[in-house]
Amino acid sequence: MSIRVEHLRKRFGSFQAVDDVSFEVESGSLVALLGPSGSGKSTILRILAGLESPDSGSVWFDGEEATHVHARSRAIGFVFQHYALFRHLTVAENVGFGLLVRNVDPKTRAERTEQLLELVGLGGLGGRYPSQLSGGQRQRVALARALAPEPRLLLLDEPFGAVDAKVREELRQWLRRLHDEVGVTSIFVTHDQDEAFSVSDRVLIINHGKLEQSGTPAEILDEPRTEFVARFVGDVNVFTAQMDKGIAKVGALQTPAQSGPSDGQVQLVVRSYDLKFFREDPGVATVERVVPLGDRVRVHATLDGAGSLVAQFPRRSSLLRGIEAGARIQVEVTYARTYPLESGRNSAP
Amino acid sequence: MHKLEALPALRPSASVRPLKDDKLRAPSPLTRIVLSGLVLGYLGLVLLGPLSALLVEIAEIGFGVALSKLVDTTALLALKNSILLLLITMVVNGVVGALGGIVLVRHRFPGRALVSALCDLPLAVSPVMIGLSFLLLIGKGGVLSPLLEAINIKLVFTFWGLVLGTLFVTLPYSIREVSYVLEELGTDEEEAATTLGASPWQTFWKVTLPNIRIALGYGVLMAMARSLGEFGAVLVLGGSISGQTQTATTFIHDSIEERNLDAAYGMSLLLAVFSSGLLFILERLKKRQAKTQKRAHGPSKQTA
Repeated sequence: MSIRVEHLRKRFGSFQAVDDVSFEVESGSLVALLGPSGSGKSTILRILAGLESPDSGSVWFDGEEATHVHARSRAIGFVFQHYALFRHLTVAENVGFGLLVRNVDPKTRAERTEQLLELVGLGGLGGRYPSQLSGGQRQRVALARALAPEPRLLLLDEPFGAVDAKVREELRQWLRRLHDEVGVTSIFVTHDQDEAFSVSDRVLIINHGKLEQSGTPAEILDEPRTEFVARFVGDVNVFTAQMDKGIAKVGALQTPAQSGPSDGQVQLVVRSYDLKFFREDPGVATVERVVPLGDRVRVHATLDGAGSLVAQFPRRSSLLRGIEAGARIQVEVTYARTYPLESGRNSAP
Repeated sequence: MHKLEALPALRPSASVRPLKDDKLRAPSPLTRIVLSGLVLGYLGLVLLGPLSALLVEIAEIGFGVALSKLVDTTALLALKNSILLLLITMVVNGVVGALGGIVLVRHRFPGRALVSALCDLPLAVSPVMIGLSFLLLIGKGGVLSPLLEAINIKLVFTFWGLVLGTLFVTLPYSIREVSYVLEELGTDEEEAATTLGASPWQTFWKVTLPNIRIALGYGVLMAMARSLGEFGAVLVLGGSISGQTQTATTFIHDSIEERNLDAAYGMSLLLAVFSSGLLFILERLKKRQAKTQKRAHGPSKQTA
């Protein structure tokens, strides 16, 4: 089912949770709503489900307005962050609930339940109670339950927030495969950028109730449209730089910048992996610390006249030759973006 | 409950010097004996003492003799009133507890906090005073009495006066029990039911009610036990008219006044048996509750 959302606004007391958000989702795609906590992404999801009603704006499903359609008539599957399984019902009864309330006959119900439990890899566990399952298993029951009535849209609120890191990674891959198999349009909320980029077709970045940017993971990583997005989707260095005919000057460093204004003061954003260091005296910076992080190495340096600078390199990179604490280095910026100086709004996550 | 378990265990940090060890150890045998002696003595004085004194006294007269005094029209009517009040309390508090709890916890309306606080009022104020206030409202010359007379309803000094007083004093129990559980449950399961296509009615019967049913039963039983023992409100509102608005408790009181002690003992014995029965069911429910909580939050069991 395709989705269109227009000028959505929602206020809780004096808090503007959703502020003029519009977007479209193609039928059959898997979309992530990514943002820091409190950014309004869960509220958007709940408005789509009909669990909250917007103060203004509209929601359209397959070209039909659904803004005022009741949650139970929307044919939407919702997976709650803490599963929200019915604790007094067995796993099978949980999965069959949506069919039971629709008066589907017991035989079809049992068949469909069994089929879904197989699909989520929990065949044979139908007789257990939710408390007898692990976190990952409960999450899959919640998914099977949401899928049972064959929803037109699947909404997932922080679906992997409550399971541990290892299970989370497995569930991500599994969700992607499941989506490709079932093909139902899906939107999930997450504050984890790895999760958003590794699973989804498109990512919508939400901050302070506003949509900052939407695009494919590659688009967002390569061309972050705002300073907030640039900061949020990567390990970045942010400087206030002086632009002069397309060249940004930061302390002793000069570098061409790919976007933004070409004159005056700007915010220069350089990702930690878009830097190259060479040992060179006198150079423009001093290495402070070299921190090994598994397959990567993080290097902290101080740029003359501008302050600290962080870069990351692959563990065995030739770029690390001679890079040690106290060494003087030359810095090359392979990719940098500039943004207009804006006070306040684009605060760091 | 399981939230607490998720907290890391407190560990003494190296920088904090431990207190003198022996101060942290269990109290000395002497302290223990004195402490438990005090507690047991107190419980014995206020709980077991009077009850066993009553039982000893009745045993001396003979249980049969005491009970036989109840085979009498006034005693049986008083008993009938009490049992009817018990049943009405059960039904009304069952319905009001579930609906009232849901309205107070789930619905948002102006003055909700005030209404919620008022629900506890009957716990705090004296039943006699409540009875008196009702008299001012619906008694002779009361504010609402012209209205009641116009539609020809008599409440004060009738059975319905007893009902009114009893329902007032038993109001908080089931509403409170249900409210606590509903607060703790949150709205997730109900919202899940809604998104799965359940109507509000289906959500109530299939999700909300099963989750609150033990709390509801517990609250209703407490209310029933309370109704059985109520004295002040039913005395003022019912007038304890022998053979009409006497209840088991006012019967005991009146019997003592009339120096008909054997009948008072007999009725007390009967009340004690009823109350013990209710207590027994309450204990059973408590165990059920503990079990379901274990089922809801407990560790994974590997049973299929």
